[in-house]
Amino acid sequence: MSFDVQRIRQDFPILSQTVRGKPLVFLDSGASAQKPRAVIDAMVRCMEERYANVHRGAYFLSEAATEAYEAARGAVARFINAADPREVIFTSNSTMAINLVAHSWGRGVMKAGQAVLISEMEHHANMVPWQMLRDAGRGIELRVARVTDAGELDMDDVAAKLADGKVGLVAITHMSNVLGTVTPAERLVAMAHAAGAKILLDGSQAAVHRRVDMQALGADFYAFTGHKLYGPTGIGVLWARLEHQERMPPFLGGGDMISMVTLDRVEWAPPPAKFEAGTPPIVEAVGLHAAIDYVAAIGMPAVEAHERGLVDHAMRRLSDIEGVALLGRAQDRGGVFAFSLDNAHSHDLATLLDRAGIAVRAGRHCAEPLHARFGVEAGTVRASFGLYTTEGEIDYLAEALTKAREFFA
Amino acid sequence: MFDDLRDLYQEVILDHGRKPRNFRRLEDADRTARGDNPMCGDRLELFLKLGPDGSIADAAFQGRGCAISTASASLMTETVKGKSSAEAHALSDRFRALAMTGTCPDCGADLADEMERLQPLSGVHEFPSRVKCATLAWHTLNTALDSAPGEIKEASSE
Repeated sequence: MSFDVQRIRQDFPILSQTVRGKPLVFLDSGASAQKPRAVIDAMVRCMEERYANVHRGAYFLSEAATEAYEAARGAVARFINAADPREVIFTSNSTMAINLVAHSWGRGVMKAGQAVLISEMEHHANMVPWQMLRDAGRGIELRVARVTDAGELDMDDVAAKLADGKVGLVAITHMSNVLGTVTPAERLVAMAHAAGAKILLDGSQAAVHRRVDMQALGADFYAFTGHKLYGPTGIGVLWARLEHQERMPPFLGGGDMISMVTLDRVEWAPPPAKFEAGTPPIVEAVGLHAAIDYVAAIGMPAVEAHERGLVDHAMRRLSDIEGVALLGRAQDRGGVFAFSLDNAHSHDLATLLDRAGIAVRAGRHCAEPLHARFGVEAGTVRASFGLYTTEGEIDYLAEALTKAREFFA
Repeated sequence: MFDDLRDLYQEVILDHGRKPRNFRRLEDADRTARGDNPMCGDRLELFLKLGPDGSIADAAFQGRGCAISTASASLMTETVKGKSSAEAHALSDRFRALAMTGTCPDCGADLADEMERLQPLSGVHEFPSRVKCATLAWHTLNTALDSAPGEIKEASSE
């Protein structure tokens, strides 16, 4: 299918509205993406026609809902080319997926004396759970790989921090939510495994922008979230190898994650149910399934090509504006640009852009240590693209930035 | 493109944002407090010098923040000078009402001159996500006034 951005925009009802009298220019998809009509309709249809709790009722609606929920798992597995749908654990978001690993692998499998290796460019979701593990008094060390001035992962530092063989788990982003940097995931997997470590990749951004292939990548854990992938909030995915799931104790206890309970004893359900305690996000799973079908119909290669065009265009346009400083200039990057304007604080700038109908995020984007690393504690403004973003919108942002600089002069 | 934003970013605010008054450390301060808005990274440290009768003889601040928070802190240090602790608290209450609602119907005649000086910040009430920028300095003022000499407490924008 050829990529027609104007036709795609018509699939997203929210994009046709005006904000403060101006057409909406939504450049905050990195925080959460807008939803196509197909996702909205699928969720409504689920609640109107096919809704009941899953995995328990011996009646038509429950069986239909269970089927839809498990079909969503199958769709996710195909989307990321997992070897087996049981490798797909539904969580509530990436944060919960990473916390699950920090708890069940970090506390349940890792041993005192081992270390976790993260990087300076992690989102707090892939930083705080590891700080909590470090501080839990279990003798687990936390190491942080440096980021270069260009905003890339310092691979020499990664190698140095893996060298003593003490790292049990590498937990690194596949694409920075601030710098846009895409990390060399295949190389990281090879390096981690060579050092005897397992590896978790935070794919919250990457899974939206690139085709991710679990079998080709060969990682141990991969986390991403539905709402950035044009699906609903409240559902995320942890992809985890079955052999790891077998070794890991459960994260949350409750219904659906047990195979047998007496007052004295419980037996865990087999993976992935063992990690899905309680009523799962049923309607959200149906919505995520619709989102994946929507994106898959366009095709990830087409999504990627469209985004590459936007990235090149944004690089040209934003670099041209006097006073604009881009954070990070990685070679391999996706459609996320954080920048500062020399005479405006990020929040003042975001307020101005909002008046022009442009939605951007201001602040430190859940990555305070990264902003400290680059000496921009006052934060940056971030423009992030989706498959509905146009070059015209980037031109409009560039024009607004030029005028904002005059405004604050 | 941004004409209607002159309500929020009036010349007084842009001026105080760029060139904040009393932007310095008071080495012999009698009261000090820190204000922190963790959401946006705004931070300021407020210094008060008290006179023999306990009134504010001098006020100064340092820190980093957006134009709104810097201008608010700057205007505050100018307006609280010479005020008693009770008057400064009263001004703080009224300013926060102004920032949140755009008006202050119960303000009365006392402190009318001071409220007029702070009026340019009233436009912030139309920007809910920015109200905290304007009120951070005033929360910090309350904290400083209520602290003991030598103690440095943290004020939050919440």
